[in-house]
Amino acid sequence: MPQSAENILDHKDLFKEPEYQAMLEKKRATYENATPAEKVEEVADWTKSWDYREKNLARSCVTINPAKACQPLGAVFAAAGYDSTMSFVHGSQGCVAYYRSHLARHFKEPSSAVSSSMTEDAAVFGGLNNMIEGLANTYALYSPKMIAVSTTCMAEVIGDDLNSFILKSKEKESVPADFPVPFAHTPAFVGSHVDGYDNMQKGILSNFWKDAPRTAGEGINIIPGFDGYVVGNIREMKRMLGLMGVEATVLGDASDVYDTPSDGEYRMYSGGTTQDEIKAALNAKATISLQEYCTRKTLAYCEEQGQETASFHYPMGVQATDEFLMKLSELTGKEVPEQLRLERGRLIDAMADSQAYLHGKTYAIYGDPDFVYAMARFVMEMGGEPKHCLATNGGKDWEAQMTALLASSPFGEGCQVWAGKDLWHLRSILATEPADLLIGNSYGKYLEKDCNIPLIRLTFPIFDRHHHHRFPTFGYQGALTVLVKLLDTILDKLDTESDISFDLTR
Amino acid sequence: MAKDIADSAEANQKLIEEVLAAYPDKAKKKRAKHLAVAQPMTEAEPGIQSKCDTVKSNIKSVPGVMTIRGCAYAGSKGVVWGPVKDMLHISHGPVGCGHYSWSQRRNYYTGTTGIDSFVTMQVTTDFQENDIVFGGDKKLEKTIDELNELFPLNKGISIQSECPIGLIGDDIEAVSKKKAKDIDKRIVPVRCEGFRGVSQSLGHHIANDMIRDWVLEAGEGARAGYVAGAYDVNIIGDYNIGGDAWSSRILLEEIGLNVIAQWSGDATIAEIERAPAAKLNLIHCYRSMSYICRHMEEKHGVPWMEYNFFGPSQIAASLRAIAAKFDATIQANAEAVIAKYQPLVDAVNAKYRPRLEGKTVMLYVGGLRPRHVVDAYHDLGMEIVGTGYEFAHNDDYKRTGHYIKEGTLIYDDVSGYELEKFIESVRPDLVGSGIKEKYNTQKMGIPFRQMHSWDYSGPYHGYDGYAIFARDMDLAINNPVWGMFDAPWKKSA
Repeated sequence: MPQSAENILDHKDLFKEPEYQAMLEKKRATYENATPAEKVEEVADWTKSWDYREKNLARSCVTINPAKACQPLGAVFAAAGYDSTMSFVHGSQGCVAYYRSHLARHFKEPSSAVSSSMTEDAAVFGGLNNMIEGLANTYALYSPKMIAVSTTCMAEVIGDDLNSFILKSKEKESVPADFPVPFAHTPAFVGSHVDGYDNMQKGILSNFWKDAPRTAGEGINIIPGFDGYVVGNIREMKRMLGLMGVEATVLGDASDVYDTPSDGEYRMYSGGTTQDEIKAALNAKATISLQEYCTRKTLAYCEEQGQETASFHYPMGVQATDEFLMKLSELTGKEVPEQLRLERGRLIDAMADSQAYLHGKTYAIYGDPDFVYAMARFVMEMGGEPKHCLATNGGKDWEAQMTALLASSPFGEGCQVWAGKDLWHLRSILATEPADLLIGNSYGKYLEKDCNIPLIRLTFPIFDRHHHHRFPTFGYQGALTVLVKLLDTILDKLDTESDISFDLTR
Repeated sequence: MAKDIADSAEANQKLIEEVLAAYPDKAKKKRAKHLAVAQPMTEAEPGIQSKCDTVKSNIKSVPGVMTIRGCAYAGSKGVVWGPVKDMLHISHGPVGCGHYSWSQRRNYYTGTTGIDSFVTMQVTTDFQENDIVFGGDKKLEKTIDELNELFPLNKGISIQSECPIGLIGDDIEAVSKKKAKDIDKRIVPVRCEGFRGVSQSLGHHIANDMIRDWVLEAGEGARAGYVAGAYDVNIIGDYNIGGDAWSSRILLEEIGLNVIAQWSGDATIAEIERAPAAKLNLIHCYRSMSYICRHMEEKHGVPWMEYNFFGPSQIAASLRAIAAKFDATIQANAEAVIAKYQPLVDAVNAKYRPRLEGKTVMLYVGGLRPRHVVDAYHDLGMEIVGTGYEFAHNDDYKRTGHYIKEGTLIYDDVSGYELEKFIESVRPDLVGSGIKEKYNTQKMGIPFRQMHSWDYSGPYHGYDGYAIFARDMDLAINNPVWGMFDAPWKKSA
């Protein structure tokens, strides 16, 4: 009997015990009609071949292990950046359970959102009544200062019109007439979560900016984009801005709501950009997007208002941070302070200290378009060589930008860009053209196992490692964190694989 | 920090009224029917302690209140079909549903992922606008061809419909029939669109019906020529979360039964096909799989019985009840097995019961565990002060009375608001619920265990599982972190 009170075995060890092994073997041999082991091995080998890769890359209909989610997730994330804002997702209720679970699993934090819980009758007659009743209930129970409405694909397919529904709900006094209910249509069958983020950002800004007169001022707005490291990153960015003496408005700031303390009180809302700040942001001189692909529509809207705009691809690494700070300096007339120059120097110092281990290492990188761009660039700054850059939600424009980036450095030579491909494609790609390291999220652990390539988790979602998102990846300080993660993986691997060369000092 | 526990019926009734007061009238009327206090039995029924079915259940959720429920797709793909390991399950529609449910239910299985087993893969038709406008049947056909080429060892394919499928008028049944002929494998269309029904529950039902129509009654399959033994049984409604079905199966085999099929944790399609040949269906999750048991009883004459492998009291009672359906040898074996594990039970209780005795627990889970795990807590000396289900039906609440004493707080399809207020007022020593409830509860200083996923632990079924369950409840409650919430320089009021 394997189990004992002294040494309790759970799933990790229990099923390795001989009693269980024998049981599972008998099940397989007697009842499963399993494929013979030799045949399984033969097919497994084939899936690592060039022949399989060609067939795999040729598929045009099925998507397998995609590295993207759907629009409303991004909308819920975007709305979380605003003070006391409740996301109200109009459509089927299961979707909302999924977004909340997904965000909670990554942040290890509560994630609030409500659904209009549409069912068959609403599919036939539309979801107006669900919205009228739902908004009233949300307003009464959760005392939000704003309700941000997005849609599931069900509501999109039947064509529910959010604008008229919200107006009618206000007529029915679900919420006060002057209560802000910004909205965004977020069809799951268009784009991905980054587009949902964009649509909701635009929805929120336009709710407060439309018909408001703009008096051009000197302020700066910063839109962070969909970022699993939002907690660490926004705080780091604000610290850098503070050092520069720049007062900027973050649209919106989810760093507190996804990082509330444990002190006996559950805070459904915490921090976030206030409505006064949103209103004042119209007068800003410029709006800066930290992630171009998360803000294409929003930035265009800001331009229409007369603001200057600038966009980046995730300010991670040396040059990306340099450019971000210089742009801020240009827009505000404030110099980049000595303190940041010193921090930059310390990052460069660390990179120089460790360059022997970083130089020439090859990488496969996947994730959202802006993250992959930034990561590939930083890898090249460290003397690493990206071999494969993949974004399931990247299109032709991203592919062109990536190609240009890679062409800008000798370390980018030979890197292949995989726009629109998924992680099952990447499995074939890595089986035939491997890299030393894989950078991605928790879903990469299957590739790590199948292809025997160490995974470094640096982007959303990270379910199986805790708290990394509490530390920044933005800026010089963030780059240092990323550098250490890469180095730890490289050096751990070196130790694991060493026998004679098991050196104390490296 | 702990307050007195409001466990009297009167206090709970007052609490319900306070919580309802926050609702607008219409919602208040609806929600009032779902909240109650377990009542005394008016007429004594053997084995039933209280009347819990005074609450209404299986009714549409109220919009905007933050229901914790999921959808029919979650019930079919996420629960029933997803764990069938040698089939590919297509999340048919946009990318999100398959993404969020990808690898999240911990349905353990053996096999080589991506080669002969496919449970932890996210396979989707990733609908784009064109597919909505022009329909997705052609894409689905080609998807099946592509899958069959890339995964030649698959034993079949299921089509798990997402919301748009039923709205745009696709004919997935026609596609299934056609492609099943083309590739000579089983293809099962499932109409589990998320807007159908009021919760996951209809998804379970639809998934069961599709097993009936497209597997059991669509040819004998692996059942053909199978000569059933006198001790052949099926495990039904065990999804092998953290290995639950395995720590159950080992006990059934030890008492001399042959488990010829596991539904659906670690299942193969051959096991499902063969199941109607068994002598007895043993059902753990009544809520999600009673439908197919009733069908197998009516059509194939397979009797079925519920059992409960949470905690030693229920395990022993279940082993005896199961053995009673067989001969004296099996009955003697059952006694021997119970006796064999008793020292383990005693040692686990000796170690953990003193640390857990008298601790109070509130539960809010799916359709089975809010009652099924209750006696496991009782075995550890703990007390249940509140329980409720996301998607139970009336018969589940009736069964809840077997486990729950009078005066216990009962909440059906609880809203985020209600649950928070209940927990805040009752302040139990432990809450067992899901990921969406975990962090909110912990921030209030109340220990928590996820009771869907076993909080990444398990198995909890069987004697081996009970030891893990006891360990986990102890580590949740008795961790020092709960004592450090108040900063020492802040005098508590």
